[in-house]
Amino acid sequence: MSNSNNYDAIVIGGGHNGLVNAAYLAKSGLKTLVLERRHLVGGAAITEELIPGFKFTTFSYAISLMRPDIVQDLRLADHGMMVLPLVNTFQPGLNGDYLLLGADADANFHEIARHSREDAESIRDLSHLIDRVCFALKPLMDNIPPNAMSDEPVELAAMAGLKEYMAGLEPDVRTMIDKFVNCSAAEILEEYFESDLVKALIASSGIIGSKVGPRSKGSGLVWLFHKMGEYDGIFGEWGFHKGGNGGFTEVLAKAVMSFGGTILTDADVETVIYKNSVATGVRLASGDEYFAPTVVSALDPRRTFTQLVSSDDLPDSLIEAIGKYKFQGTAAKVNFALSDLPNFPGLENRKDIYMGFTNLGPSIDYLEEAFADCEAGRYSKKPFLDCCVQSTIDPDMTPPGKHIMSCFVMYAPYHLSESDWDTERENLGDVVQATIEEFFPGFGSLILHREIVTPLDIERIVGLTEGNIFAGELFADQMFLNRPAPGWNQYRTPIAGYYQCGSGTHPGGCVIGGPGKLAAQQILGDLKHEEG
Amino acid sequence: MPKTTAFHPRLEPLNETKVWKNWSGFLIAPQFKYSLTNEYYAIRSSVSLLDTSPLFKYRISGSDSIRLLERIMSRDINRCRTGSAQYTVWSDEKGFVLQDGVILRTDDFEFFLTAGEPTLRYFKAIAKEMKLEEVSVKDVSEAYGILALQGPHAHSVISQLTQDATDLKYFDLTHANICETEVIISRTGYTGDLGYEIWIPNENALTVWDALMAAGEGYNIAPIGTTALKMARVEAGLLLMGVDFDSSRFAWVDAQRETAIELGWSWMFRNLEKDDRDFIGRAAIEAEIKNKTSRWKTVGLEIDWHSYEAVHLDAGILPPKSDLYHETTMSIYRRSETPWDYAGYATSFLFSSLLRKPIAIAKLPLDLTDAGTEVDLEIPVIRKPVNVLANVSSLPFFVPERKTATMGGGK
Repeated sequence: MSNSNNYDAIVIGGGHNGLVNAAYLAKSGLKTLVLERRHLVGGAAITEELIPGFKFTTFSYAISLMRPDIVQDLRLADHGMMVLPLVNTFQPGLNGDYLLLGADADANFHEIARHSREDAESIRDLSHLIDRVCFALKPLMDNIPPNAMSDEPVELAAMAGLKEYMAGLEPDVRTMIDKFVNCSAAEILEEYFESDLVKALIASSGIIGSKVGPRSKGSGLVWLFHKMGEYDGIFGEWGFHKGGNGGFTEVLAKAVMSFGGTILTDADVETVIYKNSVATGVRLASGDEYFAPTVVSALDPRRTFTQLVSSDDLPDSLIEAIGKYKFQGTAAKVNFALSDLPNFPGLENRKDIYMGFTNLGPSIDYLEEAFADCEAGRYSKKPFLDCCVQSTIDPDMTPPGKHIMSCFVMYAPYHLSESDWDTERENLGDVVQATIEEFFPGFGSLILHREIVTPLDIERIVGLTEGNIFAGELFADQMFLNRPAPGWNQYRTPIAGYYQCGSGTHPGGCVIGGPGKLAAQQILGDLKHEEG
Repeated sequence: MPKTTAFHPRLEPLNETKVWKNWSGFLIAPQFKYSLTNEYYAIRSSVSLLDTSPLFKYRISGSDSIRLLERIMSRDINRCRTGSAQYTVWSDEKGFVLQDGVILRTDDFEFFLTAGEPTLRYFKAIAKEMKLEEVSVKDVSEAYGILALQGPHAHSVISQLTQDATDLKYFDLTHANICETEVIISRTGYTGDLGYEIWIPNENALTVWDALMAAGEGYNIAPIGTTALKMARVEAGLLLMGVDFDSSRFAWVDAQRETAIELGWSWMFRNLEKDDRDFIGRAAIEAEIKNKTSRWKTVGLEIDWHSYEAVHLDAGILPPKSDLYHETTMSIYRRSETPWDYAGYATSFLFSSLLRKPIAIAKLPLDLTDAGTEVDLEIPVIRKPVNVLANVSSLPFFVPERKTATMGGGK
């Protein structure tokens, strides 16, 4: 093979974490290659012009702000990163009632007070407490976690340090962390709120992308995880990237190339090449081979440990853990091109209500019923929808005056008990449309185009196993010390030189870049150690 | 009672916050929306409309107008072609800046000037002193409203109303007709983005406002207040009188005054040796250049994110960033053995949402002004002064290509 196929590092998968990882490696001076199976980079964070002038965020549709240190380290602002803040959160009820929250705390107080004056006060206490919880957990999110399975003195010390740190937190913060881990979102919310709309709005953060209902244990932790991405307030720092989330991964690709990295698309990696448990490169489905002493998988744990390498060459305990690791995608997307904005009875002609997340799921009971369908192996008859009309924030998403509406749909279980997704695709679209119609009469007449993305489509197109948007459930036994498996939570694998950096590693899913960055930190540390 | 501008009847219902402030005696909205950052992004992502009518406006005309402006303006007025605009300053005899402003040359002997403070009597006094007969200086402040249409879609909007703005080069101007109203459009602005400023006779102000808002609807046009404008101008490296410098006119001592060169405008004097204009302050400015006696240089400061975050985390709090813009003076110190070794000061401070870091406009002694020089900036952390690392940078911080683009093609 020619020298041109030799690199210092190869990253498999051009999703956002793969790109962040590659950018850090390239920045440190490594000759870095990113191999992406599809014709475009971005993974689940892409923007596609499905009909002329209308930009669809097919999968991932919003961004919780990337850590500013990543933005600064990779100079992403210079490459065009632009996250447009969301203005409002709109939670309509089915009885003409609604909750419309915005950027002003005092205005929000009065809006919530329409439903309950005590809730309006509670939300301030709760959000301050959650901010303090996030602050306390920040070092855990921003650093490589310790290895609980290791006897190495440095790891034992790290575990002891962790215990000490957690024990040293203020009692109310520690208690709240315990609640998030051990309670359902609904249990916690019952303590603080009486209004259904308020409870449902917050509870929806606890189910996003996960096979839990608001009353299931586990929804507390999912809720907390969705708070970790922001700090500025309750409904704080989420935004739409200019040009959709695909606009963001384009920025990352520019950053990779600006540091001298190479990106190859239409490059489907079939296997990692390794011998005697030492990685030396990769082979594509086309037969082409590329060589590097460092190979990083940005794919999910199942692909990383059972497809890119042979399970036979890995420890049984790891393969067993990966076998048990839960994907079970439960979310779908239905995206619409619209001729005009929907109308909410009572708030006609209010364009601003759509400038953010529009949350269709007006009560805990509503969400719980939607989950009951999921438990039975059906998609929800009345799904929870997280809708974004991105064109109200970014006019470049559509032709002037037209709109694009991204709808995140829960629940749509990957495994259907009595049918399959190729049969049900259009039916799912109809159910979503009918649900929106109930809240926004006349919605159907606005539709110019409809795109339906089932969990099976997510798996087929993006490659995320079972369509799980986080590359594995955000459950306590799959997080931190255990993500993706106990002992293998530090981005290394049993094969020397072979690493993992996808959302299936700590800290986990969403567009936050943490896994890609921390994996790069580990890789560069190991390389330095070898040199030294 | 403050006065209201001609656009007020439209602005009043659009102001979600119902907060107004006083700008030169007129009611003006600091912000229209609760989310300042969202309002700011209209300038960088879609298109914004801003009422700058409280500016003082003067019409200077007559065959002696050139002679008058040659005398008053520190920058050469002859370099401002008919049909173009010029950013300029006027200084006192000691070379200290009296004011800055934008002057439009609408005809060979007709100029329109905007200024932050009144200057009618001063200009007239100079004309009298020079015994100029053929010049008229008129205060037309209350005859015109001015709208700034700024943002990536500014041309998408204005081109629906007139084709005359399309071929304007950066800092060109044209007469145009919008909704049967004679207006002056200049390819200028205070945001560092693509944009236009439009002079509109007051009696037709609302007609033009309505036309612009209607044309901009599909592009999410948004009215913006003065705070979003100021946030954008910090990124654009544009100074603001009363914040980054003060007029020499009402200063008590020279320590309160600054020269054009100290303020970063030495480019205005690039061809000084080639002209023999006898402008006010020339001798002092020439001496300053020759003897290198500037006390300061105006530079950008990029606050190091890691340092900014660390000083807050150490104190147990999160670094503030959202909607963070202020105009209080902050001290800058040398990074040396001597603690708190005072070097200079920062004025406008912004957490730039676009650049994802805090930035500031600063004055530093000449030995600290090379790009990349490290200094300490004093910020309050839980009410205590703390130093954070900052790097000197050149201004502006942000220059998109569209800022100076000619929309009709060509550069």
